[in-house]
Amino acid sequence: MSKHTDVLDNVIIKFAGDSGDGMQLTGNQFTNTTALFGNDLSTFPDFPAEIRAPQGTLAGVSGFQLHFGSVEIYTPGDHCDVLVVMNSAALKANLTYLRKGGTIIANIDGFDPKNLRLAGYADGKNPLEDGTLEGFNVIQLDVSKMTRHALEDSGLGTKEIDRAKNMFVLGFLYWMYNRPMEFTVRFLEEKFKSKPDILAANLKVLKAGYYFGDTREEFTTRYSVGPAKMPPGIYRNIMGNQATAIGLVVASEKSGLPIFYGSYPITPASDILHELSRYKNFGVRTFQAEDEIAAICSAIGASFGGQLGVTASSGPGIALKMEAMGLAHMLELPLIICDIQRGGPSTGLPTKTEQADLLQALYGRNSEAPMPVLAAATPSDCFYTIFEACRIAIEFMTPIIFLSDGYIANGAEPWQFPKSSDMPEIKVNFLKEKNAGDKFLPYKRDEKLSRPWAVPGTKGLEHRIGGIEKQHETGNISYEPLNHEFMVKLRAEKVERVADFIPLQKLDSGNDKGKLLILGWGSTYGAIKSACIKARAEGLDVSHAHVRYMKPLPKNLGEILYNFEHVLIPEMNTGQFIKVIRDKYLIPAEGFNKVQGIPFTATEILEKIKEVLKK
Amino acid sequence: MEPTQAPEKFTSKDLITDQDVRWCPGCGDYSILKQAQTIVPDLGLARENIVFISGIGCSSRFPYYMETYGMHSIHGRATAVASGLKASRPELSVWIVTGDGDGLSIGGNHMIHLLRRNFNVNVLLFNNQIYGLTKGQYSPTSEEGKVTKSTPMGSVDHPFNPIALCLGADGTFAARSMDRDPKHLQAMLRRAYDHKGTSFLEIYQNCNVFNDGAFEVYTEKTSKKNETLFLEHGKPLIFGDTGNKGIKLDGFIPVVVDIPEGSSPNDLWIHDERDRLKANILARFFDNPSKPNHYPRPFGVFYVEDRYCYEDRMGDQITQVLSQKGKGKLDDLLRGKEIWEIQ
Ligand code: SF4
Repeated sequence: MSKHTDVLDNVIIKFAGDSGDGMQLTGNQFTNTTALFGNDLSTFPDFPAEIRAPQGTLAGVSGFQLHFGSVEIYTPGDHCDVLVVMNSAALKANLTYLRKGGTIIANIDGFDPKNLRLAGYADGKNPLEDGTLEGFNVIQLDVSKMTRHALEDSGLGTKEIDRAKNMFVLGFLYWMYNRPMEFTVRFLEEKFKSKPDILAANLKVLKAGYYFGDTREEFTTRYSVGPAKMPPGIYRNIMGNQATAIGLVVASEKSGLPIFYGSYPITPASDILHELSRYKNFGVRTFQAEDEIAAICSAIGASFGGQLGVTASSGPGIALKMEAMGLAHMLELPLIICDIQRGGPSTGLPTKTEQADLLQALYGRNSEAPMPVLAAATPSDCFYTIFEACRIAIEFMTPIIFLSDGYIANGAEPWQFPKSSDMPEIKVNFLKEKNAGDKFLPYKRDEKLSRPWAVPGTKGLEHRIGGIEKQHETGNISYEPLNHEFMVKLRAEKVERVADFIPLQKLDSGNDKGKLLILGWGSTYGAIKSACIKARAEGLDVSHAHVRYMKPLPKNLGEILYNFEHVLIPEMNTGQFIKVIRDKYLIPAEGFNKVQGIPFTATEILEKIKEVLKK
Repeated sequence: MEPTQAPEKFTSKDLITDQDVRWCPGCGDYSILKQAQTIVPDLGLARENIVFISGIGCSSRFPYYMETYGMHSIHGRATAVASGLKASRPELSVWIVTGDGDGLSIGGNHMIHLLRRNFNVNVLLFNNQIYGLTKGQYSPTSEEGKVTKSTPMGSVDHPFNPIALCLGADGTFAARSMDRDPKHLQAMLRRAYDHKGTSFLEIYQNCNVFNDGAFEVYTEKTSKKNETLFLEHGKPLIFGDTGNKGIKLDGFIPVVVDIPEGSSPNDLWIHDERDRLKANILARFFDNPSKPNHYPRPFGVFYVEDRYCYEDRMGDQITQVLSQKGKGKLDDLLRGKEIWEIQ
C-alpha cells in the first residue's frame, strides 16, 4: 500500500510517560526540530513534583504538550490530537485531554499486568483491549521490544538499552510528521560526546523508529505541517526562564552594571540560576545563598555596592524575602525581585502554575512599602519585561518585582530575537561629588523623585543608610511624626511617578469601544488571544488588553475600561487583579477564575465570552 | 596602569559623625566604638573604602557613629548583606557589627554560612548576654536559669558558646576580647583586620541597664587576674594574681597547676594559634565562674587558619572563563545555538 501525506495547519501532541521515561527531553527535541522547521509553536511541560515518583503510577506521570502549526499559535492547545503514552498510567492520566477521534500511540510494554495494576486499572482490565478506546485511532507499538531488538548487538546492558526507548518514539513521530532528524542527531552528538557507545545506540534507535514508520505497511498516512507565515526574520526557540536570564544580562551590559544574582534553589525559578551561572564571561556573579533571606540580602549588599542586585524565587521564597524587600524600599536602592509563581498556598503545587502572588507582590510587606510590579505575558516577553524592570529599578532607585509563572517559565515559543543594538542604553548616574554645596544629601531627589546612588569607594560621599525612618534629604534617623508621614507619601509618590515614564496601555486586539473587553495580565495572554480571535471570527464584539505594568498601572487604563459595557478579567487565582481594578476604577468588572494548577484553555475563555455577551 | 595613590590620611576625629550617640550612659558600646575609631585610621585604608554593616539591636546602631560608608540593615541579616557586598566589591574593607541576639539567634544561620565561606570580612560580635533594645529578655548566650522579663522562673535555654560555634562552623579566625580592656580590644581589632578571611571577634560588652555586671569577674581588678587567661601565641598559658597558675595538658585534659614563686616550669601548655585541636579545648574553657574548680576564661586569639576566601575564588572563576572564552558577546547570547530564517 502506498503512503500518502495529509496537510494540516496545526497539530497538538502530548508526550506522556513515567518521569523516568525521558518525556521532557523527547518533547523538547520535537519542539526544537519543529521550531527550526519554521512552525509557530507553544509548549507546556507538565511534570510531577517528585523527581522519581513511584514508577508506573499516576503520580509519576510526566507530560509535555506541544502545539505547532503553519498558522499563528498562541497556546499549547486545549485538547491534543495525538497522545503518546509510554505506559498505562500515562493513558489514564491524560485520556481526558485527547480530542474525540484523536490518535493514541501506545507503548504496549507499559500495559502489562503490573503496569495496569499500578495505574489502578481493575484486575484483568486493559484499556487497549476492552473497548475503552473506541472512537480513537490507536497505534500500538512494542517500543521496548523493538529498542532491544535494534540494540541486541550493541553490547549494552538492558538498563542502558531501555533508556533509549524514547528515541524510538521520537524517530517514529519524526517520520509521521515529516520532520528532519538532524537537530536531534546534533544534540545527541553533543550530549554523548564522551560516550560513543551510548551515542551510537541512541542514534540507531532514533533511526529505527523513523524507518519503522517508513517501512511498515500499516502506517499509511504521514502528516505535513508547513512553515508558519510569521513575520520574516531570524528566529530562535526560547523558554521563559531562559529569556529572563538573557534579559538580565542584556540589561547589565546596557547599564554597565555587573549582575549579582543571589538565589536559593526553588521550583520553578532555579533554571534562571542555572542559566546565569553559565554567563560568567559577562561578569555575572551568582551566589547560591543559604536561604531565601540571605539571597535577597546579599543582592541588597551588592546593590549598595553599585551592582545590579537581583534575586529570584517562587511564592514561598518571596514570602520569606518580604522584610528585606521593605528594607530595599526604605534604602531606595535598585533591586530586581523575580517571582516565578507556582501553585500555592504553602508548598502547594510546586511544579504547577498559578497567578496567585499578585496581591503578595503588590501589598506583601509590613506597613506602606509599595514598589513597581511588572508581569510577563509569554516566554519571549519575559526578556522585554525583565529588561524594562531593570530600567525602572535603576532610573527610579527602587526595588521592583517581576512576575512570571511556571507556565511561561518552562514553556517555549519561537522568538524573533532583537539585535543587541536594538535595545536601549540604561543610564546610570553614580554620584561622584557632593550634591548640596559642601554637603552630601543622600536622599535629595530629582524630578523622578529618585535619590542619588553614591557607592562605597567614592571619596567624600561616606554616608549611612538603614531601615529606620529617615529625615527628608539628609537621610538621618528621624522619629518626627510629620516627617514620617511625608516620607511614606513621598516614597509612594515616587512609585506612582513611574507611570509618567512607561508606555500607555494599548489594546492587543479588537475595537477600542464596544461590548466586552477582556483584561488580562501575565501568562493568560495566549489563551485570551486565541479565544478573542475565534470569538471575533464568530462575529462577537470582543476586545483584548493585556497589562504588563501592574503597578503603577498605565495612566490611560481607566479610559480604555470605560469604553466597554463589560470588562472580564480571567486570572489563575480566585480574583486578585480584579480587586485592584474595581478599587481603582470603580467598575463592575467580572472575574473568570481558575485555580487548578493548569492554564486556561482558549475554549474555556471563549465559552465565557459567549456567556457574558448573552447577558 | 596609574600609580596607586596612597590613601589620604585621616584621624580618629574624622571618624566621628554628626549624629548624637544614643546608647545609655555607661554602656560598654562606647568603649568599643572608641577603640575602633582609634585603630581604624592606622590600618592604611582609604576612608571611602571602609563599610560598616549592622543588623538590629543596640550594637547595630554602630554604623551611624562611624564616618565611613555604612548600612543599618535588618535583624540578623548584616552578615548576608555583607556577603553580597564583599562578593561583588572585594576591594572594600567590610566590617559587620552584630550582637548575641542579632548574630547568633535570628541571624545564626547566616553567621555559620559566612564563617564557612570565609569572606574576608571582620565580625564584631558584641556579646552582652541579653536583649537590650527590646528591654531585657534573655538571649542565646544568657546563662542557664537566667531570670529576665520573659523568664520569670529562669531560662531553660542552654546557651551558645560563640567561640566553639565559630570553630564548629570552620571559622578561620576566632578571638575574644572585652569592652573594659581598651588595649587588648584594640590589639584584637587589629588582629581581626590583619587576618585574611572571616575574623570572628567576640567582645564581652556590659549592658549596664539590663544585665549589669555580667562579665564583672573578668573585668574587675579584684578578680580579673584569677578569672581570665590571656592567650599569646608561643607563650605558656599562665594566669593568676601573680602569674602563679598555669595550664598543663595531661593527654587531652587541661590541668591547672600552681607555679611556685621564682620557678619557670617548662611543661606548661604553649599556646599555638594554628592548632585547631587545642583551640577546641580552649574554647571549652567556658564554665560558669561561680562553679568550684572552673577554668579561667580565655581572651585573645584562639585560632587562626589560612584558607581561600569566597570572593577570591568567585573572581578567579570569572577571570578563568574570560581568559578561555573571552568577553561574552551579547548578540551571540541573544541568538542562542539554533536559529532559522523565515523569508
Ligand atoms: S540597653 Fe544595654 S546594651 Fe543597649 S544601649 Fe543601653 S546599656 Fe547599652
